[in-house]
Amino acid sequence: MSGAEMTGSEILVRCLIEEKVEHVFGYPGGAIIGTYDALHDISSIKHILTRHEQGAVHAAEGYAKATGKVGVVIVTSGPGATNTVTGIADAYMDSVPIVVFTGQVASYMIGNDAFQEADIVGITRSITKHNFLVKDVKDLAWSIKAAFHLATTGRPGPVLVDLPKDVMAATAPFVYPKEIKLRGYHPYYFGHMGQINKAVEIINSCQKPVIYAGGGVISSNASKELYNFAKKLNAPVTMTLMGLGAFPGDDRLSLGMLGMHGTWYANHAVNDCDCLIAIGARFDDRVTGNTTHFSPNSRKIHIDIDPSAISKNVKVDVPIVGDVRHVLERLTPLVKSLDTSAWLNQIDEWKAEHPLRYENGDEIRAQYVIEKIYELTEGNAIITTDVGQNQMWTAQFYKFKYPRTLITSGGLGTMGFSFPASIGAAFGVKDRPIFSINGDGGIQMNIQELATAAWNKLPIKIVILDNSYLGMVRQWQELFWRKRYSNTFLGLSNPDFVKLAEAFGAVGFRSEKTEQVQGILEEALKINDRPVLIDFKTTLEDNVYPMIPAGGTVAQMMDYPKSVHELSQIQSNVEAVK
Amino acid sequence: MKKHTISVLVENKFGALNRIVGLFSARGYNIDSISVGTSEDDSVARVTIVSKGDDDVIEQIIKQLNKIIDVIKVVDLTYDSFVERELVLIKVSANRNTRPELMQISEIFRTKIVDISPKSLTIEATGGEQKVQALIKMLSPFGIKEIARTGRIALKREFEGTI
Repeated sequence: MSGAEMTGSEILVRCLIEEKVEHVFGYPGGAIIGTYDALHDISSIKHILTRHEQGAVHAAEGYAKATGKVGVVIVTSGPGATNTVTGIADAYMDSVPIVVFTGQVASYMIGNDAFQEADIVGITRSITKHNFLVKDVKDLAWSIKAAFHLATTGRPGPVLVDLPKDVMAATAPFVYPKEIKLRGYHPYYFGHMGQINKAVEIINSCQKPVIYAGGGVISSNASKELYNFAKKLNAPVTMTLMGLGAFPGDDRLSLGMLGMHGTWYANHAVNDCDCLIAIGARFDDRVTGNTTHFSPNSRKIHIDIDPSAISKNVKVDVPIVGDVRHVLERLTPLVKSLDTSAWLNQIDEWKAEHPLRYENGDEIRAQYVIEKIYELTEGNAIITTDVGQNQMWTAQFYKFKYPRTLITSGGLGTMGFSFPASIGAAFGVKDRPIFSINGDGGIQMNIQELATAAWNKLPIKIVILDNSYLGMVRQWQELFWRKRYSNTFLGLSNPDFVKLAEAFGAVGFRSEKTEQVQGILEEALKINDRPVLIDFKTTLEDNVYPMIPAGGTVAQMMDYPKSVHELSQIQSNVEAVK
Repeated sequence: MKKHTISVLVENKFGALNRIVGLFSARGYNIDSISVGTSEDDSVARVTIVSKGDDDVIEQIIKQLNKIIDVIKVVDLTYDSFVERELVLIKVSANRNTRPELMQISEIFRTKIVDISPKSLTIEATGGEQKVQALIKMLSPFGIKEIARTGRIALKREFEGTI
């Protein structure tokens, strides 16, 4: 088989067309000019020029998480490539399928400390699922096909393809391989029937089951299967941060999020249950706290596509390696419908006694803003968050009802993620309102993307929960570092966000009173031809509760303090934990 | 903590060994020795790693190795019967008086003397770890100048029992 002779750059573009890529996020530069030239005339691929390569990768992640398709990035060599590192690490931790193409100096110059040279394959080896340096144009099409194959199959993740300038200028016949065979890569999808039967035995004999669902449910598109499974078992469902939206947050069976800032009742249910069914989750330390005291009375079943995720942090009784959707399809018909009414009543009592709460007043509470966004969008919006208090309050107070509606940086915890990720989501999804939730710290980490959003007339609502602090770090300083607020106060140095938005061609609003919040959000929702930035001046020193201190146990959980007395009790508890 | 001998078949190409070594450093696993060479198939390299760790650490090491796309097969030989060898070159101080005794020791251990000079001898030894350790102990009173070791290589035995 031989195809038409083409340059490497043309081959790359043809491969993107073969992969049905419609959007590419990137930034040109010297070593990648040829590819940008080849891309110039292709109308089926829209290239979105961000204002920083990190923004391009987060946008590709947002696109991938919102649509389930691959996010594609093209950048140049050296600094262009190194600027993608944080985004790639983020995608690796959260299993996001992206393919990053980096320019590289000519292959005969590699190792010479040439201008704009960086060993990006070496740098990203530990933060990619796999990466390639293409040394011969004849291998290019195969490498690209393999990159897309690896990014999307098994446990998804980022793949990087490094493209030396001379390889992209050389020519070869273009043949796109039909399939990729890699002798070291055989993801296992279906789950071992013997293991599934063992799980059935445990499930059918339990009284107090809890389902603990993670991001794997969303990446394997298994929300419907999870719903059927939970409803058949009458089992409550708690979700990790990455799993929110996998099961409807407004359902009686939903416990919301678990872990460090999870709900009181989710953590107690996990603590008291006699059967814990982990689905596409990885027992992260923010979920488990002290692993020896985590869910001490339960027999544990763990479904995950990645064998290395199993028994990494917590030993389980029955591991099932496989794709969540396939395994649930086989598991659900075998389990019996359980009578869990006593257990669910107990949980309802906990929910009534220890709901998520805050006290409203004149000053805007961040929690209130999130609740209002939920009400006004009826849970239909796509929400991206940054990292810290804004992220936790969003996870707690927006009842995510649908998969792929929460887009957040879970594993790596990347500040500056929210806004560029919302840009990617806005290109991928047109029929949902898109909100980017930020703190006043994180928004400034990729604020340059206001230019990208404004130029493309994206109707993103950029919400800043502006408490003048790096709020989560300040919370830890308050609770664990004697209120010594070292380098966390931004109030005096923050810019005027409204003017900043206007300077970029977006709309800027500011709100300082609780009574204005709803009106301003309604106003913002009416604007559909530009980004709208809303600077909500919120309570300065507010904490996220409940909270289990890092490495702590459910017994050490601090609920929202009802009084000054309780607050001082919390502080003495914290002293005891230290 | 038990010593494990792990045999890894990996694509014989650019960067593949780096992925394996990088995994050990990134995740804080320990490597006692590592040796690399091509296998019976030119396109495949065999990497033999000796590592110490609790069972769950070793389990993770094997899972993480399997996760590397370039890794084709991972076998923990520890629970099988296997043949292991290491090659070591030892340069030891020698003079007219000590040379005969050194040659006797070399003979007892069935090693070879591969270089000789008025002030030193270089001994080439192969064998399992215990033999090599014993030899080093016997030679150290004479003054060991330099040691070069290949690290352990190993293959599973096809016949159970001793050979």
